[in-house]
Amino acid sequence: MATEFRAPEISDLEEAARRIRVEVIRAVNQAKAGHLGGPLSAADMLAALYFRVLRIRPDEPDWPDRDRFVLSKGHSSIGLYATLALRGYFPVDELATFDSAGTRLQGHPDMTTLPGLDMSTGSLGMGISAGVGIALGARLTGRGEVRTYVMLGDGECQEGEVWEAAMVAARYGLDTLIAIVDHNKLQQYGWAGDGPDGRLPPEAPGELVAKWAAFGWRVLEVDGHSMPAIVEVLDGARAGDGRPTVVISHTVKGKGVSFMEGHYYWHTRALTTEEFETAMADLGEHVAAPNGGAP
Amino acid sequence: MSLPIGRAMREVFGETVSDLADADPRIVMLDGDVGSSTKADIFEHRHPDRFLQMGIAEQNMLGVAAGLATMGLIPFVSTFVAFAVVRPLDQIRVLIAQTGLNVKITPGYAGLFTGVTGKTHLIVDDVSIMRAMPGMVTVCPADDVEAAQALRWCAAYDGPVYVRLVRDATQRLFDDSYSFQFGRAVVVREGRDVTLISTGTQTPRVVDAAELLAAQGIEAHVLHVPTIKPLDVPAIVAAAGRTGYVVTVEEHTVIGGLGGAVAEALSEHRPTVVKRLGLQDVYGESASNEALLELYGLSAARVADEVRALLGSRKKEAIAQS
Repeated sequence: MATEFRAPEISDLEEAARRIRVEVIRAVNQAKAGHLGGPLSAADMLAALYFRVLRIRPDEPDWPDRDRFVLSKGHSSIGLYATLALRGYFPVDELATFDSAGTRLQGHPDMTTLPGLDMSTGSLGMGISAGVGIALGARLTGRGEVRTYVMLGDGECQEGEVWEAAMVAARYGLDTLIAIVDHNKLQQYGWAGDGPDGRLPPEAPGELVAKWAAFGWRVLEVDGHSMPAIVEVLDGARAGDGRPTVVISHTVKGKGVSFMEGHYYWHTRALTTEEFETAMADLGEHVAAPNGGAP
Repeated sequence: MSLPIGRAMREVFGETVSDLADADPRIVMLDGDVGSSTKADIFEHRHPDRFLQMGIAEQNMLGVAAGLATMGLIPFVSTFVAFAVVRPLDQIRVLIAQTGLNVKITPGYAGLFTGVTGKTHLIVDDVSIMRAMPGMVTVCPADDVEAAQALRWCAAYDGPVYVRLVRDATQRLFDDSYSFQFGRAVVVREGRDVTLISTGTQTPRVVDAAELLAAQGIEAHVLHVPTIKPLDVPAIVAAAGRTGYVVTVEEHTVIGGLGGAVAEALSEHRPTVVKRLGLQDVYGESASNEALLELYGLSAARVADEVRALLGSRKKEAIAQS
């Protein structure tokens, strides 16, 4: 049964983003492994996409005329899984199976196991090429209303394939293709320098904007943690102008958890019990002590 | 008396996929800027709206093909083998083989006949690489007749397929009565003295070699293996059983391709001595087609000489052991 979906208020979207972050922390803590920094930086954008922007039917994941979403930065899979679960694609309880034997929630998104994934990703740079193919395919099959959204990492934009795809998308004037770069200013390790923790950001300030513009894309910038701004930029991106669109989303790696924000080493890491409790408190979530508080 | 020259596979490729697209609007062609060489340009002339120029950007091209397949289209990817297989190998692995998406990788310029290009363009290990990849079907047609049929088959098959096509006109082995059967090997000559197993455009030269051997009193049994994966193990076991001595011949490295596949199958199912002819762990070089066949021992005369020598040394070994 399709449920009537009400366009959510900004506060609803902000609450969805908070819950995505909570489920990300919970699942990674349960698995004792997993990426944290990237899913947390992307959570607001994922909430806006899945709870407002994307034309989708969670109870009919293969609906042919749906908008497509490709998580090119596949290592942020748990962020997408939390979003899909909260949006009703599968039970939230299943997030506890993340990364365990037999799970549909693989370390990187596997479209052959989990409904609702429009492409398998994990090897960086590939999702944007698949997105170009999807957008071209929508055009060739007469589905002009379909929009294709692809989320990339800023470190991922070091892959040469990203720029091959950017070149071809511009050649074909794919204005139904919307790339979103989660520009959290940190990659897994990167170059040494005078940045935070002695590491440099993946790109210099302004570099991504200049590169995408040089490849013939319409470039939009947004504060990726301001829900009103995200909604405004995504609503505007839906109407094409003959060029593919990229949204440079300025974010903070590890956003929402005090001790993770802006530190490269929280790209992927297991939490101690104390860290887990602090993270949950930062996100406004009450955590019962282990064993229901029994000594 | 050698087999006649047929049509160039690349011409047959351009025409056959265009014919298929006449009847099936889902078929699209992706070109990596070499359509005038691979004859994907035939498709562009006949179906301009479904010809997708991807430029000199092969990694993206394979990714775009995967995206197109999710939208219900049937993409045929065309460039040279070297740039369709090894350059975008990770894209094939992650986006096509692991997903099982319906992408047809149908490049030209396989084997030695690459138009005097040298070792960069002359890839010697594509079959080894593709057959090792879980989920990837690997087909090596012998001639223009089989190539056309294999392309028709692959358009109807739902899943990733690699079809290895050749640039130049090569010898024709089959007539119009032939019917390509996916996953099946074909006995193309009966014999009792030695089993020759071959694939691709090497098979017609092996049939010629068998005629040369027959003139010298050696009757070779010849098995053609157009589908390297899935491999027709029962046919290979049966062919080995006919003579008890197997020689594989391929226009490819002897490591991991047809020779490797046959040796693996026989060691498990019917332990048999297997000698592997082909490129002996070396790269190719620039030279005329005829010169390259001589250089790597793959002309009919060189194969016949090699098989005769192997049988001679085998006879000596048998006498020494008795």
